[in-house]
Amino acid sequence: MFAAGGFPALAQATPQHDALAPAGVQAAHIARLWHFTLIVTGAVFAAVLLAVLVGLARRRADTPAAPDLSANTRPERGPRRAVIAATTVSVVLLVGLTVADALTDRALSKLPAAHALHIQVTGWQWWWQANYAPEDGAPGFAVANELHVPVGRPVIVSLAAGDVIHSFWVPNLHGKKDLLPGIGSTIEFRADRPGAYRGQCAEFCGTEHALMAMTVMADPPERYAAWAAAQRLPAAPPDNALAARGRALFEASACANCHTVRGTHALGMLAPDLTHLMSRRTLAAGALENTPANLAAWIRNPQAAKPGATMPASALPAADIQALAAWLTTLK
Amino acid sequence: MTMAHTGPEFSSSRDEHRVDGPTATDTTRRLLARTWDDPPGIVGMLAAVNHKTIARRFVVTTFAFFALAGMLALTMRLQLARPGLHLVGPDLYDTLFTMHGTTMMFLFGVPVMQAVAIYLIPLMVGARSIAFPRMNAYAYWVFLFGGLTLYVAFVLGAGPRAGWFSYVPLAGPDYAAGKGTDIWAQMITFTELASLLEAIVLITTILKMRAPGMSLNRMPLFAWATLVTQFMVIFAMPAVMLASTALILDRLVGTQFFNPSLGGDVLLWQHLFWFFGHPEVYLIFIPALGFISSILPTFARRPIFGYTAIVLALIATAFLAFGLWVHHMFATSVPQLGKSFFTAASVMIALPSGLQIYCWIATLLTGRLNLKTPLLFVLAFFFILVLGGMTGVMLGSVSLDLQLHDTYFVVAHLHYVLIGGAVFPLSAAVHYWFPKVTGRMLDERLGRWQFWLFFIGFNVAFFPMHWLGLHGMPRRVWTYPAGMGWSAMNLISTVGAWTIAASVLLFVFNVWRSLRHGPSAGPNPWGAGTLEWAAPSPPPPHNFDALPVVHGRDPLWDPPTHPAHVSGLAADAREVLLTTVLDARPDLRSLFPMPSIWPFVSAVATTVLFIGSIFTPWAVVWGSVPVVIALTAWFWPTRRHHAQAMALERKP
Repeated sequence: MFAAGGFPALAQATPQHDALAPAGVQAAHIARLWHFTLIVTGAVFAAVLLAVLVGLARRRADTPAAPDLSANTRPERGPRRAVIAATTVSVVLLVGLTVADALTDRALSKLPAAHALHIQVTGWQWWWQANYAPEDGAPGFAVANELHVPVGRPVIVSLAAGDVIHSFWVPNLHGKKDLLPGIGSTIEFRADRPGAYRGQCAEFCGTEHALMAMTVMADPPERYAAWAAAQRLPAAPPDNALAARGRALFEASACANCHTVRGTHALGMLAPDLTHLMSRRTLAAGALENTPANLAAWIRNPQAAKPGATMPASALPAADIQALAAWLTTLK
Repeated sequence: MTMAHTGPEFSSSRDEHRVDGPTATDTTRRLLARTWDDPPGIVGMLAAVNHKTIARRFVVTTFAFFALAGMLALTMRLQLARPGLHLVGPDLYDTLFTMHGTTMMFLFGVPVMQAVAIYLIPLMVGARSIAFPRMNAYAYWVFLFGGLTLYVAFVLGAGPRAGWFSYVPLAGPDYAAGKGTDIWAQMITFTELASLLEAIVLITTILKMRAPGMSLNRMPLFAWATLVTQFMVIFAMPAVMLASTALILDRLVGTQFFNPSLGGDVLLWQHLFWFFGHPEVYLIFIPALGFISSILPTFARRPIFGYTAIVLALIATAFLAFGLWVHHMFATSVPQLGKSFFTAASVMIALPSGLQIYCWIATLLTGRLNLKTPLLFVLAFFFILVLGGMTGVMLGSVSLDLQLHDTYFVVAHLHYVLIGGAVFPLSAAVHYWFPKVTGRMLDERLGRWQFWLFFIGFNVAFFPMHWLGLHGMPRRVWTYPAGMGWSAMNLISTVGAWTIAASVLLFVFNVWRSLRHGPSAGPNPWGAGTLEWAAPSPPPPHNFDALPVVHGRDPLWDPPTHPAHVSGLAADAREVLLTTVLDARPDLRSLFPMPSIWPFVSAVATTVLFIGSIFTPWAVVWGSVPVVIALTAWFWPTRRHHAQAMALERKP
């Protein structure tokens, strides 16, 4: 009945995407509050339902009986006491929930920030730009749509919006924070378990809001250090003739107007930095798995996988696109 | 004027059969009906001002918009039934959810409650008419034209697609090309104008036109709910009119209210919009609470428990509703202390609603239940709304909201609150008052089928969305990849949505069948206690042959007390009795206006102005000329009306 086309299931282990499976201390605080709130509200819901069911099981009048007006003359002490008691219990429970929330909120704001990793994330229609700050004398570097963070170390993400409002949200690590034009904000989190955690833009941001995802890879510290060192390097020179032709094409064609590949003449600032494209799991902010075939198809016609994407379809002949893809796949 | 049933003191000076009262002859009754009836013919149709005529049109119009928005929702559910479908593309999908939300909030939720109130309030408070009947007609036409504008634009491919709360800069000049957002903003102006006018009409009716003896503490709870709601309209609507006007100015004449690079602020929009947007939920919800407080006593066969507590709870809800708009913005950069305040307010608004629910349960538990379809819908409210209230408490908490905000959890919550809190009570109200409006009963068996399909379909459609939100599915996505684990729940939800559609179709069939073959209802088929059931079903143009005098909260249940009626209003002129605000003591006789074509013409002129201003700011200048002319003609005093007023004048 439904022809499912479009996005093949990601073949690799799917990154986690679940607010109730915390992998960091912030998400854990919120998950604890969730369970507490669920128990309290669930009990209230059950009590109300029970009372209604008792009412249903009691006396019935199948034809409109004469109304019972005794309540107008005789005070109803029992029901009044019950309503006052239920209201009092509600006040106590609601105050309890408010206090629990305030405590959680305070815990969230007290993440130790010593020796934190600083990342500037900018939201664009419809992808994520991440600039890692220089650290211990090593220069900063730019990546897109895939962040790596060391396990156990706090991360401070400064958020900015390049065009419209977006929202940064990786549910396994923390709640969300909006990226607002003209208003700076930050979000702090710490990944405590290694793994791949998916995030997705949470504020409606236009046509491809649905396909604006990212991955946060929480790596053990030494693996993170190796990754960061590799990201700092410029792109390696092409190692074969086809790739060399691809690089020349990239620099000479419209590609270089928008994309940067460090170590080449491509210095565009409007689209993801592709210097280490092949170190990422996905293409086009999570719309496609990053394989050579998908890459070529994406260059040929981005609209097929991500209708509305701002990248124009390439008018180059098929052989040139092959060459482009061949070079891009060397950008490890 | 006299409150005795023995006849008017000035009857000697006037023709006996030209004055109403319990002893009036059939000739007088016919004369009353002719006086208050709408004129015949097509022009007469456009000139109609009787509150029941306008309200019937208003209700049918809002139900039509409900059906249209429902069809948009069904299309969205089909698109989301499987991952990666391409049934509709992203831009069309964005238009669909924008139109769905906009229609349900602006063209159905708020107006349908006002429309029902326009029908019921005069009958409930024992009046011949609504206050300002011509303005009431004008408000309806403006509303209709505003809604049509939106849908014509949608059909022509110029529908808005920035979401029903149109956040800037996405809805601003740089990111929303085309006329869609301009039309959206002007549609807001149309509907807000209509609701502000209706608020004035309803407040005036409730405060000044109640039957003698109906002091505020004897007023039916639906009238209380309506009164509270209309005051909220007056405070909430200006914020959104201001916001939408600023947006349209940014788009059309290059002001920079919302452009941060030139000193504007994107959060200003959110504050203004939600200062209106959160109370708006209560504009829909509070009248629904009034329905429940009206229906429950009838089917529990006893007066409501805790009348005073319920009135105070309604007022408290209205106050608190204005203090928690920021909980829609917890993910923006709100200062810590501010967040704590808004969390406390958001959580505490559960209290007055809780108190009302406890009073209703007390009514249920101490009554003898007559389990008919209206009561079924009310009982479903206890399940659905309470569940929605619980998720509302969760969303009011800053920390939980950071995870839940803008996910399908919110979609689930708002549908539990709005469908459970408004559509279910509204369905109860439709089944309850249908006999009053049409004179015929709806079929009970079809009503039960409709109820169960709706109840089950609703929960199947929306309960899985809680789970989807917790597992990370954001709202407003046109599709999602396979392998996220979201596919099964989405398919279930789609099946539920279509079950609701089946229930709505069954309802339409039931209405159609009952209008032709339904058993005759009689004035009071449920044995209810409020005044509207004293009038015949359907009520005559003048509602009551003799205006009732009220001695308690349930006039038809209370033991007969003398005097039962007032008399002395003219039968050959649209004379109404105004009473004092607090105690409803007879105060003035006022001569109400006749039907007129000019409210309709004025609405057309207003529409030309509003639509013209989407295309050129100069339309505000030349477009106001026809508006001024039409309004002048509308208010021009006629010799006939003046002479009639003079003749009815009595020297003390």
